[in-house]
Amino acid sequence: MTLPMQPEFTSPVIEYSRLYPLLIVFGVAAVGVLVEAFLPRDRRYLVQVVLAVLGLGGALAGTILVAADLDVAAGDLTARGLVAAEGAVSIDGPTVFIWGVLLALSILSVLLFAERRLEGGITAFAGQAAALPGTEAERQASTRGIEHTEIFPLAMFAVGGMMLFPAANDLLTMFVALEVLSLPLYLLCGLARRRRLISQEAAVKYFLLGAFSSAFFLYGIALVYGYAGTFTLAGIDRAVTDRVGGQNLLLAGMGLMAVGLLFKVSAAPFHAWTPDVYQGAPTAVTAFMASCTKIAAFGALLRVFFVGFGGAQWDWRPMMWIVAIITMVVGSVVALTQTDIKRMLAYSSIAHAGFLLVGFAGVFEGSSGYTGITSLQSILFYLTAYGFATVGAFAIVTMVRDAGGEATHLSRWAGLGKRSPLLAGVFAFFLLAFAGIPMTSGFIGKWSVFSAAWSGGAWPLVVVAVVMSVVAAFFYVRVIVLMFFSDPVGEGPTVAVPSALTGIAVAVTVAATVVLGVVPGPVLDLAQEAGSFVR
Amino acid sequence: MSSFPELTVLAATPLVGAVVVLLLPRRGRSVVKPMALGISVLTLALAGVVAARYEPGAGFQFSEEHDWISVFGAHYALGVDGIGLTLILLTTLLTPVVMLASWHDGEGGRWSVNTFFAWMLGLEGLAVGVFAATDVFLFYVLFEATLIPIYFLIGGYGGSQRSYAAVKFLLYSLLGGLLMLASVVGLYVVSARVGEPTYLLSELREIPISESTGRWLFLGFFIAFAIKAPMWPVHTWLPDAASEATPGTSVLLVSVLDKIGTFGMIRFCLQLFPEASQWASPVVIALAVFSVIYGALLAVGQNDIRRLIAYTSVSHFGFIVMGIFAFTTTSASGSTLYMFNHGISTAALFLVTGFLVSRHGSKMISDYGGVQKIAPVLAGLFLLAGLSSLSLPGLSTFVSEFLVLAGTFTHSVPAAVVATLGIVLAALYILLMYQRTMTGPLRPDNAGIRDLNLREVGALAPLAVLILALGFFPRPLLDVIEPTVSETLVYVGVTDPEPDVPVSALDEEAP
Repeated sequence: MTLPMQPEFTSPVIEYSRLYPLLIVFGVAAVGVLVEAFLPRDRRYLVQVVLAVLGLGGALAGTILVAADLDVAAGDLTARGLVAAEGAVSIDGPTVFIWGVLLALSILSVLLFAERRLEGGITAFAGQAAALPGTEAERQASTRGIEHTEIFPLAMFAVGGMMLFPAANDLLTMFVALEVLSLPLYLLCGLARRRRLISQEAAVKYFLLGAFSSAFFLYGIALVYGYAGTFTLAGIDRAVTDRVGGQNLLLAGMGLMAVGLLFKVSAAPFHAWTPDVYQGAPTAVTAFMASCTKIAAFGALLRVFFVGFGGAQWDWRPMMWIVAIITMVVGSVVALTQTDIKRMLAYSSIAHAGFLLVGFAGVFEGSSGYTGITSLQSILFYLTAYGFATVGAFAIVTMVRDAGGEATHLSRWAGLGKRSPLLAGVFAFFLLAFAGIPMTSGFIGKWSVFSAAWSGGAWPLVVVAVVMSVVAAFFYVRVIVLMFFSDPVGEGPTVAVPSALTGIAVAVTVAATVVLGVVPGPVLDLAQEAGSFVR
Repeated sequence: MSSFPELTVLAATPLVGAVVVLLLPRRGRSVVKPMALGISVLTLALAGVVAARYEPGAGFQFSEEHDWISVFGAHYALGVDGIGLTLILLTTLLTPVVMLASWHDGEGGRWSVNTFFAWMLGLEGLAVGVFAATDVFLFYVLFEATLIPIYFLIGGYGGSQRSYAAVKFLLYSLLGGLLMLASVVGLYVVSARVGEPTYLLSELREIPISESTGRWLFLGFFIAFAIKAPMWPVHTWLPDAASEATPGTSVLLVSVLDKIGTFGMIRFCLQLFPEASQWASPVVIALAVFSVIYGALLAVGQNDIRRLIAYTSVSHFGFIVMGIFAFTTTSASGSTLYMFNHGISTAALFLVTGFLVSRHGSKMISDYGGVQKIAPVLAGLFLLAGLSSLSLPGLSTFVSEFLVLAGTFTHSVPAAVVATLGIVLAALYILLMYQRTMTGPLRPDNAGIRDLNLREVGALAPLAVLILALGFFPRPLLDVIEPTVSETLVYVGVTDPEPDVPVSALDEEAP
């Protein structure tokens, strides 16, 4: 009697030398959980902050090292990098560029998380999230000065998910990454120390709609699997290019996946959660979400549609044109009516998603010898510029306060330029960057996405984008007028002096916005060197 | 290419000066003003050196060129030709004059005196950069950047409606600017398709642009410049801005910044899109003629002195645009000279009426009467500035207006004839204003009006001298302008129409 032949077992090859930045972040997040379990409460804050900053800094250094020795991908002229972890993750130029930007912005966000001086020696997060708002338990937690230091490991997990999301090379990994990045964010949104009800409402809304969109995404994955018979993007690309089988399955799958991804980048008509969540979440979390989630989600969107569905671009391009136009119009026009600074910045972030989609919908990849700007390059640059300005702007929002915490109603910002010219000046500068005035990073960003879109033949989209830029400029200028040309109403808010943590975050973001505006060459070159995606 | 970066130094001097002025202590006002004035005079001296070493007719000079953003094909490239040099001289000349005239205007503002003078210096530096830029991208960046200082100057130091005026100005300008951005992006795409992307004016001129693309891109540039210039129907921001801003700011706005519009037309519209310029020329000339008449008619009807001057400028800019798009050497040279002369004569008018208004507090013509009896110097300079504005022969503007009309006549007789009506109307609005405010019996409440003091006369004197000198002897400026203009028209591909009666025929007839 002979045993049936056992297939020979080969252990999976994991390229640790390429993946370690990702592993550092997840590792530190896990260590952070252990710290929560074993360290006494009063020591956790310092340990967690140091751990998070060191972890992210280490991962950033690692990312730079990985980026430095990426090899040219086999059989491709423009891509550098490789598909690692048995086809689950691709470590290529765009991935490491996104990792670098994400990690840099995460460090700044963690600095904002750790800010304690603004709330009088305690973080801006709920002391005891489980205590119901307005109860005795909450009051006790508040008088005892309890704070949740779990926010740091939660943020680390979110950063890990964000890094994996745009790097995922098969759809299942991508879905897992999506959940890993989303779940901690749902929690973080509900943890505000002040105005807890609106914060919790934001968390529930985000969770429900987020879960809904994840379901769409997953259903889309299922349909695409049904069409292509594989989860890997390269396999899907082959199936799409060869046009096997029924197109309806592919179109439906593509559409559903797009819903999930566009939800995350807060493109209209999937943007409804954005203003509520941005307003309700603790401002530091909003800064983190608005910048990093958008970067990660755009990375994934680009990878799925350029690599997986590149062969069907004539099917999805019209849809993206429409989504881009709706997003720009909704973001810019509705922002005009906002009276809350955080909601206004939320709509501005929707409008920026629209401008980014303009670059995306242009689908201009260039040829191998092309030295001009491509869609991918322009979007990477725009995301960098937008990310730094966003973190900076929200950092400023944390500093304008009155007795009830942050004074986010626009009327409270009147006359801020008189009270604190420096702070108002810096905020005005960020607004000018959002508006795309030359000498700021926003201008170069806008210029690049518009050029890429026009190069790809989407010039009508560019014209709409230009008109919408004027509308958007109006509401940014309105805030500048309010700060500099109106007199304060009544008491007016005070400008709290933050600790060095927020100070560093603001200084770095201002510097980045200036440098990216005046000498954008190096970062543009980096984005160009990132080349295209590996397949 | 010269080794010493003259133009960079010229543009950087006021910019550095602005930072210095901003850093001076707020209390030391005695230092701030002389310091700012000194910096602007130094800039004028530098501009004088550049002008003295300029050789007419030798193309772009003092060129500097460095790669800036290579992916975009953008360069840091500066250089001046006759047109640019003329406008740089105008800018650097008017800034010290305005500063001297606005000595106390920064005091009642929203911010400190330091800020007021720093914005002015910053604006000067950026404007010099705009006129010297030979790279479209650099030009665009500086063009937009000039909005920021002028926005804060209008909004921070002026009348009660200044905030509204500032926002209106900014939105108009941003609209124009972003339309131009679309065209700038389009230029990139056009040049990237041919080879390496580039924004250098000299290289873009050689790139063939298809007819329809060229026309669209032309429109983007032209609308932006028309808003800036301003032409009817996109002029409505100017009366508000000029009326609410301080007189000094109005001068910088109308005499310097608005020239970027007409300068841009001649530098970029004509040179980059010759075919489209010819295609658009009939419509543009019609709009320009309409602006001439419309601006003049509205000026006649104004009671607010500053709004009146603003509308006269709409009329004068109509002449300038008409001269540019008539495509004759005579008219285009006249237009360029007009830019300079309009700059100084409008500056004189804004400043002298500003002095008048600051004495009595009202901007309304109906609140004045018989002022010349108690303030003869003020009245005399007012009359001189006014006569220059209505182009009295012997004053500088006459030469330029005559050249524009004479040149246009060979291109389009109806346009020239209708535009000539603008001169008649000009006499009406200026002389009516003068008559109502200065002549007649002295109004009792005007009795407290003092005559000009030494500082104010000192500010107006250079302008008065130039108005007279260039009226009799415009040759030096024309020598600088003419070769550049003919060179520009070569790009458009038009030659001056042949005279109906050739010169040789005249010779034969002569006894």
